[in-house]
Amino acid sequence: MSNPLLDYPERHYGMDHDRYNWSMLQDREPIFWPENKPLALWININLQHFPLSGEKPQAAPPGALTMPYPDLRHYTLRDYGNRVGIYRLLREIERAKATVSFAISGALTEHRPTLIEHLKSLPFEWLGHSWNMLCMQAGAVEPNRELQWITQTKAALEQAGDRRIAGWFSPGRLQTKQTPELLAQARFKYHCDWVNDELPYKFNTDSGSLICLPSSLELDDVFVLSQNLHSEDSLEEQIKDAADALISEAQATSSGRLLCLNFHPWMMGQPHRIGTFRRILRYLLTDKGDLVWNASPSMIIEASGMHP
Amino acid sequence: MKTELDLYDYWAYRDRPKIEWPNGAKLAFWVAPNIEFYELNPPENPFRKPWPHPYPAVPGYSIRDYGNRVGHQRQMALLDKYGIRGSISLSAALCDHHPEIIDLCTERNWEFFSHGIYNTRYTYGLTEDEERAMIEDAMATIEKATGKRPAGYLAPALSHSDHTVDLFAEAGGIYTCDLFHDDQPTPVKTRSGKRFVSIPYSLELNDTIAFVVQKMEPRRYAQTIMRAFDELLAEGAQSGTVMCIPTHNYQVSCPHRIRAFEEALEYITGHSDVWVTTGREIAEYYLEHYYDTAQSTIEEARR
Repeated sequence: MSNPLLDYPERHYGMDHDRYNWSMLQDREPIFWPENKPLALWININLQHFPLSGEKPQAAPPGALTMPYPDLRHYTLRDYGNRVGIYRLLREIERAKATVSFAISGALTEHRPTLIEHLKSLPFEWLGHSWNMLCMQAGAVEPNRELQWITQTKAALEQAGDRRIAGWFSPGRLQTKQTPELLAQARFKYHCDWVNDELPYKFNTDSGSLICLPSSLELDDVFVLSQNLHSEDSLEEQIKDAADALISEAQATSSGRLLCLNFHPWMMGQPHRIGTFRRILRYLLTDKGDLVWNASPSMIIEASGMHP
Repeated sequence: MKTELDLYDYWAYRDRPKIEWPNGAKLAFWVAPNIEFYELNPPENPFRKPWPHPYPAVPGYSIRDYGNRVGHQRQMALLDKYGIRGSISLSAALCDHHPEIIDLCTERNWEFFSHGIYNTRYTYGLTEDEERAMIEDAMATIEKATGKRPAGYLAPALSHSDHTVDLFAEAGGIYTCDLFHDDQPTPVKTRSGKRFVSIPYSLELNDTIAFVVQKMEPRRYAQTIMRAFDELLAEGAQSGTVMCIPTHNYQVSCPHRIRAFEEALEYITGHSDVWVTTGREIAEYYLEHYYDTAQSTIEEARR
């Protein structure tokens, strides 16, 4: 048959690419989290810089500016997250004694140094989140340009935060065809962009291997509230249902499960939503506290036995 | 192009001859898990784009891969718990990529029906001979992997040509899931004149349509399923109805949705006058007991 629509060069056992091996979660060796708790919990906060103008990327990130220049409504609403929302979230994080991580736009070290200075005083892991929300790793980005976004972000965050940056979280969870190679070259240990699993797994690149710690798009606050247009109460219910389902599955199969949550200060830090955030933390860390191991992404990767 | 579909005759949903399912059941209930393989880099089809993002479309590809890696076994455990055998809408290439999934389902005597080769390969852009070859490839691949030739067809990614149903009937199939015109099985006219039926599959209760298009909250989806069930069960006292829940292992198996879905399954299987079955069994039972009566009643109504 000469029609290329009926030509299947990758039709064989396993995946149709060589980024990782095929395996089903339930068939793997059991995982045990510290204190033998059934559920590990990773809470990530995305701190993002949206420039007022600049070259449009090939794919817009969630929350992108959309209006003709100058788009004051979206610029200021996103900036609200970095001025007000984040401090509200931090208050609740401190009250709940939660462990979180921050995925940070590198440009915030230049534009919001006061915020970065405050984050530096907190004992949490930082991840690279590209330079800003126009530096989207999507489509045909020239590799040297993308590498510069990656290395510049890593250097700025390591210097401003006085800590090592091992993880990368691409804006919009998008990648170019060379992103994994560039991350490995820049000595990252893990990325969070492929949402195809519920545990960390080995991810291959031509420049050495990485770990993928899959974040959850489906429970991301912006995805649920702003794309699916669900209510705050439903977000809370979905997160509680997810935790309960994963805990039961972990107990039934005697193997740890992992819940990943993702919040944006410009979304969840609004006054009408912070109560939802507070109740989510209370449920996971107090009501279910005996069953939940709340840890940083690097600790979770280590406890799952993964070594890049 | 035709201006009207000629696969079936109009047949009003009143005063139809009574259907009674086995053991006097009023409703035939089946769950159709779609087990699909989407390619990361499929050839460009001139009529339809597989991914909204430029290559590599990580968000779309990776959540579908999640379905096979994580979701499949989670959904299977749930269906086991409620005594439901899945009727799998299968991307045939999955037999090559993930035979472990096929084995788990054959062990359980689940049904496999054809859903094309990949869900990133459409019927669009194929000649009639090419479409025939694609349909036969899927049938032969599934038969080789499962020991049974598929009886049903849901065209890949719901992409069709004018010949799709004809070609599938000629390849030996007995039912289609591609028509959404009724809540009961109905005869379908094909050019070969074979005895061939439509079995109600549902777009309205399809989890992907519910979650992605309608953007339903998980408990609204469960409530939608239960309301449809109550109505179809009540109407089934007049003449037996069919209810299908088409699922996807990357939608309903997500941990934030599976509890609500379980509530709906628990509710449905808690009723005694329901035939919990598969698509093939409904088609075979209907062909044996009700197809001829339906044909003659429709003929009569036309005269």
